[in-house]
Amino acid sequence: MRITPEVVERVARLSRLELSAEERATFAWQLSSILEYFARLDRLATEGVEPTSHAIRVANVFRDDEVTPSLPVEEVVAMAPQAHEGFVVVPRVLEAEE
Amino acid sequence: MDYETVIGLEIHVQLLTQSKMFCGCSTRFGAPPNTQTCPVCLGLPGALPVINRRAVELGLRAALVLHCTVHPTSQFHRKNYYYPDLPKNYQISQYQYLEHPPLATDGYLEIEVDGQRRRVGIRRVHLEEDTGKLVHPEEGNVSWVDYNRSGVPLMEIVTYPDLRSPQEARAFLLKLRQVLQYAEVSTGRMEEGTLRCDANVSLRRPGEPLGVRTEVKNMNSIRSVERALAYEVARQRELLERGEAVVQETRHWDERRGVTFASRSKEEAEDYRYFPEPDLVPVEVTPEWLEEVRRGVPELPDARRDRIMAQYALGRYDAELLVQTRATADFFEAAVAAHPSPKAIANWMLGEVSAYLNEHNLEIEQLRITPAQLAELVRLVEDGTISGRIAKDVIAEMLQTGDSPRSIVDRQGLVQISDEAALRETVEAVIQDNPGPVRDVLAGKEKAVAFLVGQVMRRTQGRANPALVQRLLRERLGLLGG
Repeated sequence: MRITPEVVERVARLSRLELSAEERATFAWQLSSILEYFARLDRLATEGVEPTSHAIRVANVFRDDEVTPSLPVEEVVAMAPQAHEGFVVVPRVLEAEE
Repeated sequence: MDYETVIGLEIHVQLLTQSKMFCGCSTRFGAPPNTQTCPVCLGLPGALPVINRRAVELGLRAALVLHCTVHPTSQFHRKNYYYPDLPKNYQISQYQYLEHPPLATDGYLEIEVDGQRRRVGIRRVHLEEDTGKLVHPEEGNVSWVDYNRSGVPLMEIVTYPDLRSPQEARAFLLKLRQVLQYAEVSTGRMEEGTLRCDANVSLRRPGEPLGVRTEVKNMNSIRSVERALAYEVARQRELLERGEAVVQETRHWDERRGVTFASRSKEEAEDYRYFPEPDLVPVEVTPEWLEEVRRGVPELPDARRDRIMAQYALGRYDAELLVQTRATADFFEAAVAAHPSPKAIANWMLGEVSAYLNEHNLEIEQLRITPAQLAELVRLVEDGTISGRIAKDVIAEMLQTGDSPRSIVDRQGLVQISDEAALRETVEAVIQDNPGPVRDVLAGKEKAVAFLVGQVMRRTQGRANPALVQRLLRERLGLLGG
């Protein structure tokens, strides 16, 4: 499968990444070769093999509904570039515009 | 050439758990910002989610109550998008495609509108996590984020486009909320955000394929869902009648102005690039587990109504009203447990208490009085401490202040006068002042007795024991014992 610079640009926009034309070309080439490598799997006979998203057959790993201590708020906001009275501050986002 | 309204709902319900979906942080409402977070719900690198068993069980419980098919195996997916309320840059949810069914699909909920029973199809029930909450301060070009809600367990319920009017949508939400509250799946409070509803609306000529739909968001009460849908139906009808096209878009409801408006949020984010969540193993529901969940479902509204009718000898109409919300039924049964006079307690609840709630637009959970206080009021009437007339003043005061009936009665000197000597004086005075009615009584006009009793009640500000007044009057006028 070939990844074009246009596909890279689209994925970059969805991921909020800004890429130069040069980077787009490089990533298009790199991603294509990764996908081509994985495409080898298509040559395997997989009839009768159940689709799976995990390598191990384990199910139902649960925890009980019990409250455990949270992080101190000071520690949480210290990880953010900017904070205000316990809130993390980000550039303004509007949920709805008219 | 009328149009048919077609409505489908997407409802998010917060599951009644102590801790979050994938970590042990508390789900308590109203905590200071970012005090209920940890590496998992903040999406810190390397943190691993583990599914809350209780959340799965509550989802299964809802699926059973909604008559859905529960799938033996389901799994979680990552829904990828970028927004500051989503610390991991993906939301863990259950996506539906061929070999990956969500928790449950294809059920129904029965509603009643204008005396007609209808089944509304449920397309799917799945589990996911909530996002953080954004606050937009007036000042500064910034937004504030609180991640306390991030990772709180949610269940999404999607209906088929089976609803045909805003009224039906309202009836559906009321019924869904009632059932979920009874099943102890959720508190179902739209004002606290534990129940949220988005709606897809379109119009079509009867028999034709579905028209272009809009998605309406930002409705904060069941009433505003009905209003927003009515507005949106009228707007689309007007467009179509003018020969214009409805644009498929997301529209926000503005409660204050009573209109919907097109919003352009997250417009490029439609490609969510779902893939199976590699950090979580599948959920397998065995028949035994499902049976265990089924046995744990608490009494549902219809069953409780029937039991209340039988256990307390109440009529169907009263019982139906009492089970309207679980909180109402709980209040009633707690009051009856404190004083076993079910009929009197039901009458107060469906009369004065319900009128007060309606007048002040309150829910029963917001009442100041307790079930024990209502029971005490009934007891005070029954043991003759206060009259039924006075009791109405007392309950009004109780509802206002939350004070106990006993303290109101004592404070305002409302104790019923059952002192014969004191009442005899008042009876005597009333007889002296009302020669006309007295003559009527002596002439055999029973109605005049009630008038004289009323006069005595008036002079005692309603505190006289009416039965005693009646007897004293009759004695005095020689109407008793002979």
